Amino acid sequence: MKAAGTGNGRALAAAAGDSSMRLEKWRRRAPAIVAAVGLLLLWQLIVDGFRVPTYIAPSPVEVLEVFAKEGEILWINFWPTAMEAAAGFALGNGIAVLLAVWFVHSQLAERAFYPIAVFVNTIPIIAIAPILVLMLGNGYEPKIVIAALICFFPTLVNMVRGLKSVSPQMLDLMRVLSANQAEVLWKIRLQSSLPFLFAALKIASTTSVIGAIVGEWIGSNYGLGSLIIEATYNFRAPLLYATVILGAGMAVVAFTATTIVERRVLKWKPGNVI
Amino acid sequence: MNVGAAAEVAPRVGVVAAISVDRLAVRFEGNDGSITALSDVDFEVSEGGFVTMLGPSGCGKSTLLRAIADLVPVSEGGIRVFGRTPEQSRLARDFAFVFQDPTLLPWRSAIDNVRLPLEVGRRGGVELERHAEPEDLLALVGLQGREDALPHELSGGMKQRVSIARALVQKPRVLLMDEPFGALDEITRDKLNEELLRIWRETGTTIMFVTHSVPEAAFLGRKCLVLSAQPGRVRGYVDIDLAEPRQLSIRDTLEFVQITSHLRSLLEVGK
Ligand SMILES: Nc1ncnc2c1ncn2[C@@H]1O[C@H](COP(=O)(O)OP(=O)(O)OP(=O)(O)O)[C@@H](O)[C@H]1O
Ligand SMILES: [Mg+2]
Repeated sequence: MKAAGTGNGRALAAAAGDSSMRLEKWRRRAPAIVAAVGLLLLWQLIVDGFRVPTYIAPSPVEVLEVFAKEGEILWINFWPTAMEAAAGFALGNGIAVLLAVWFVHSQLAERAFYPIAVFVNTIPIIAIAPILVLMLGNGYEPKIVIAALICFFPTLVNMVRGLKSVSPQMLDLMRVLSANQAEVLWKIRLQSSLPFLFAALKIASTTSVIGAIVGEWIGSNYGLGSLIIEATYNFRAPLLYATVILGAGMAVVAFTATTIVERRVLKWKPGNVI
Repeated sequence: MNVGAAAEVAPRVGVVAAISVDRLAVRFEGNDGSITALSDVDFEVSEGGFVTMLGPSGCGKSTLLRAIADLVPVSEGGIRVFGRTPEQSRLARDFAFVFQDPTLLPWRSAIDNVRLPLEVGRRGGVELERHAEPEDLLALVGLQGREDALPHELSGGMKQRVSIARALVQKPRVLLMDEPFGALDEITRDKLNEELLRIWRETGTTIMFVTHSVPEAAFLGRKCLVLSAQPGRVRGYVDIDLAEPRQLSIRDTLEFVQITSHLRSLLEVGK
């Protein structure tokens, strides 16, 4: 009886804590929401008040109209870009993780290829894009590669650091247990590197979208990137704004998804318990 | 012939020490030249013994323990653990190490941390049939019901208990402990001291235990090895005869105080 009673009390307390925490969350978000709505209103007022021509700056209402009337063209171009960003994200990060594992196990490999990776990273992505289009043609491939390239470097650097972040004491422990390199990698290094990896993946989740869009600027007739170019040349400012907002939305969704996965995977990090 | 064979076999069974250290020297090549951490260290620990180690900071206590555990190469002399080299006995899982820091894997629950030694290092075909049940060990160290807790949900003392359970899971013949309770408050430390003695009596494991606390060394050890300051040499190897089984209250007796003051005087000479 008594045990059940305290159990219930605890559950109630937890529930109360939950709802008060949710309230607290909204209270913290409120200023940002109010500020955003205020800025949108201000924008609408300025455009209406000063009679700014639509091709220079459309009003928020005009942009919203595009979503309502031309939703289909937006969606048709949304999916290829999303697909390229996702594929580039997987490819770039996958290669970066594998290379990092290799570097940590072979000093020779690290000495040979790390400088090359740094060099490739210093070439502006805008400059590489045309080269890749020449090499890989007009399809999805160059866009995926550009998105992968843009993700690759931060993940490589972070992953190498993460794999090396194991404490010497933990390595002593594994040595006393006569563990081999593979066991140290699977049981210790990969897990310790996860916080570093997710820091990089969060960056990559947004930059991969940028990579896909930049790839579509050059000789492409589909995707948000090409829609941006087309809308600009045709002075269709509301469509341009709507496309940009959709691209930003894609990046926000990718970032949020990565954060959710991070919280699931890194439950053991006290700082990540929500 | 028969008699001769028996005479040869007999000492191996009864007399082979759990740990024997023979004119050991350990040197490190550091940035400021070669440092001699240990020199001419000679002692034996008999099977089932409990030896504590005292010495000024930097005298090489950790180095000695790490040399026995094959974590530090020997420069001169020899170490045998049940007649085997440190490397052989490491591969055979003769010993387990408990560090000052609990060194738990933060992503593993308490029980999974205790299981770690059963999961790795077995490519050499180490026989771990003589392993204990992780659940039983957590109960042994007083953590039943906390099996699924993650390390960050446990107190410092609890984490160290998990690390002791992890060391015991492979039923080691020797337990090497480097200031395992150094970071704990006095009350927790007293409690763990008593528990460690109980575990020692129940399991019959040979224990070598480094500490900075003279009372702890006297209370736990059946023998106490006192090292001198750098380079570490054996200053004394003191028998500690106190009433058994030991209870914390023994620390207020005259015999106990005499022993601790003797140990202190040895440490003073070392300086
Ligand atoms: N890996 C190493 N490289 C170089 N020198 C080392 C190394 N490990 C230990 N030493 C040196 O060996 C000596 C003994 O160190 P050790 O850690 O064994 O001392 P200790 O008795 O355990 O000290 P404390 O009581 O402070 O833990 C010190 O002078 C230290 O600087
Ligand atoms: Mg030490």
